[in-house]
Amino acid sequence: MTALRRAGRSPRLPSPLLTAAAALVAAACALPLAYLLVRAASGGSAAWSVLARPQTAETVARTVALVTAVTLGATTVGGTLAWLVERTDLPLRRMWAVAAALPLAIPSYVAALALLATLGPGGALSRAVPGAGAVDITGFPGAGLALILSTYPYVYLLTAAALRRADPALEEAARGLGRSVRAVLFRVTLPLARPALGAGALLAALYALSDFGVVSLMRFDALTRVIFQQYRTLFDRTPAAVLGLVLVVLTVIVLVLEARARGRAASRAASTASRPAPPQALGRWRPVAVAFCAVVVGLALVLPLGVLGFWTLRGAAGAGLSAEVVTPAVNSLAVSLGAGAVATVAALPVALLVVRDPRALTRGLERLAYAANALPGVVIALALVFFAARYAGAVYGTLAVLMFAYLVRFLPQALSGARTALLAVSPQLEEVARALGRGPRSAFAAVTLPLAAPGLLAGAAIVFLSTMKELPATLLLRPIGFDTLATEVWTATSVSAYSRAAPAALLLVAVAAPIVLHLTARPDRHSRRGAEGLGAG
Amino acid sequence: MSVCLRGVAKAFGTTEAVREVDLDIGRGELFTVLGPSGCGKTTLLRLVAGFERPSAGEVRVGDRLVAADGAWIPPERRRIGMVFQDYALFPHLSVERNVAFGLSRRERRREGRGGAAPKARAALELVGLQHKAERLPHELSGGERQRVALARALAPEPELVLLDEPFSSLDATLRADLRREVELILREAEATAVLVTHDQEEALSLADRLAVMRAGRVVQTGAPEEVYARPADRWAAGFLGEVNVVSGVRRGDRAVETWLGSFDARGVAAGVGGASAAAGSVHVAVRPEHLALRVDRLGNAEIVDREFRGHDVLYRLRHEVGGTVLVQLSSLELFEVGERVHVRPARAAVASVVD
Repeated sequence: MTALRRAGRSPRLPSPLLTAAAALVAAACALPLAYLLVRAASGGSAAWSVLARPQTAETVARTVALVTAVTLGATTVGGTLAWLVERTDLPLRRMWAVAAALPLAIPSYVAALALLATLGPGGALSRAVPGAGAVDITGFPGAGLALILSTYPYVYLLTAAALRRADPALEEAARGLGRSVRAVLFRVTLPLARPALGAGALLAALYALSDFGVVSLMRFDALTRVIFQQYRTLFDRTPAAVLGLVLVVLTVIVLVLEARARGRAASRAASTASRPAPPQALGRWRPVAVAFCAVVVGLALVLPLGVLGFWTLRGAAGAGLSAEVVTPAVNSLAVSLGAGAVATVAALPVALLVVRDPRALTRGLERLAYAANALPGVVIALALVFFAARYAGAVYGTLAVLMFAYLVRFLPQALSGARTALLAVSPQLEEVARALGRGPRSAFAAVTLPLAAPGLLAGAAIVFLSTMKELPATLLLRPIGFDTLATEVWTATSVSAYSRAAPAALLLVAVAAPIVLHLTARPDRHSRRGAEGLGAG
Repeated sequence: MSVCLRGVAKAFGTTEAVREVDLDIGRGELFTVLGPSGCGKTTLLRLVAGFERPSAGEVRVGDRLVAADGAWIPPERRRIGMVFQDYALFPHLSVERNVAFGLSRRERRREGRGGAAPKARAALELVGLQHKAERLPHELSGGERQRVALARALAPEPELVLLDEPFSSLDATLRADLRREVELILREAEATAVLVTHDQEEALSLADRLAVMRAGRVVQTGAPEEVYARPADRWAAGFLGEVNVVSGVRRGDRAVETWLGSFDARGVAAGVGGASAAAGSVHVAVRPEHLALRVDRLGNAEIVDREFRGHDVLYRLRHEVGGTVLVQLSSLELFEVGERVHVRPARAAVASVVD
């Protein structure tokens, strides 16, 4: 009887081959963090002395201050914009709705470039106005402002989508119960939007924590910049590894804080609105609201585009339109297309496993793959530099390592795309195909794959976009002489060569804009994935 | 093709979805598995289809052993047609390509009139949808989708068709029409069909024979009339429709004397009743329509409630001996609430010993 009771493997369970492929991908993703731990631990007492240095505490304090300021700023700006657009009689709401999301197409270091070119030392303002020579936005204000302008769209998109989904009857019921407009805003609308605000705040915080481009251009010594400098200037790599781990710890703290704050709130946003909410009259506050929107969109969108346009034209007038930008553009396109394809192919087995066989083991694999998402690019790049130099000298400094870094960093984006796409395909369809005589592989190819293709492509597009914008890993891992649009913008801006930086930056924005527009056009379906997916700086 | 299950069990972790099921389904039969949701009926169907592997026991389809310890034929080689509850049409393929999906490459390539594979065309004609061949599934109505799903299952000419709650996503008016239509199509195709449902009316009206399932076990199998009139136990009696359970005493081997009168209780299916058959006191299940009423000022019951249902009426009576009694009559003649009546077994009334 026991022999009879031996449960056969259900035909729905994935093959061992699939499991092995998924495990391999997950292991690859965990490699950098694991190696960083080993590397720091082998530093021994030297590692401890790095931690004990007063500069380390100062750097951490600076970083925490920046992250706090950016999170608060982005949440306030993004949340206010979402409320104005979704719940009030703000003039030109549709236009503001699109314009408020569009800065997603502008990498944060390009936003920093725009601020530097106008308000930086030797920028447009100090040259145009004689008395303003002392204007200098570098440091904390510049870094904070550039990061807020780059991250508020995440909060805006998530909150706007949540407000759109929230049933306006709730707010009407509160009015009917005798509450004032203000009371409804604070006691009903805000709590409804809280999960979305929280998710947006988390994205903003992680972005600010892991950002390298802005803080390096603004010469603000946050952890990422210090790590980069330590790595570049010191022969001993232990300090960089130890500081990298500190960055990881801060990331984990942010994640834990967010999970705590979210609590049970996430389930509240489940209601769906059957009709749009009637707009709230702004009354005499209308001009103030319009001015607010104009300032935000002006700084986040119009200023960068204006600065880029100005410097591109000026550069083109000086020397013929730079052939210098062609090679980086080709390089960027090539690695981004490659990363999009590689990440999507790698994500497929993991997503398939998670969707088809949601056991604890497979969920663990998935978490492992996602863990890398929170790892700052600097940390991933650093770990891979150490690892490749030590164990894989042959590939050190080649495109292979760079592609691997992109894979680790952006796999979660491809994964969430693949997962959503596969979840939308009912397993029954594949079963029907099986019953109609197709083998498992043929059933997958004839039914599931074509149906999941649009979602897989969307995931690939997000990885493509993220790779185009990626800066720190590219800087650290690129082969010698291999320039991309991102490195070109960063290098040129570092030396205030704006006319060289502008065409490359403009190209980046031009490539990103249609993808961002597409992903935000149907905000309810895409915003969460889109907003999370677009985060890379 | 016949289907034969012997001692089939299926456990998911610690939950036993199907326990020790034996079933014999004859060639060409329209067989229904009826049970409440969660009783394991869908799992049973999936075991036959090959989407699940039994934890124990064996499944035979025709003369082939398709699942047993050490034997396994995957679903794609079982030649079984399957129709799912929400049809599971391939949304990216036209109606015709959906229907042609199960045909061999050679069959698909052979073009008949209108450019379609002859077998696909024939299946579409069978369900009367040849004029919608180029449509995509989302352009069809619920009933049409259902028929496409059926055509797709029938196109490869399987000898066995499995249908999982095929009518439950349709609205009530459409359901009855389509039920008859599907029955005719299945009979015309001369396929053995196994249909799973939780709807008593559907099971009783469609099936040649049916099996009643509860908590993973088959409680009773038989022809619809038989299962309805002579349920094997109290639960099955209640699940198949309204029922009065009354106490009584056996008189000989065919009659039971109760406070409602004497009932024919022959041929009772095996069960709890069988064991205590010899002993005097039993409970029997009597359907409400097996009772008759007559106005009688000195009668044994009083009408306390009347539920008018159009073609029939359900009366709730307070009986002077046994408490509440349900009686179902045609709506031809109406009794009033509060009226004193005499209740007795109708002509040809039968009852079933349930414990």
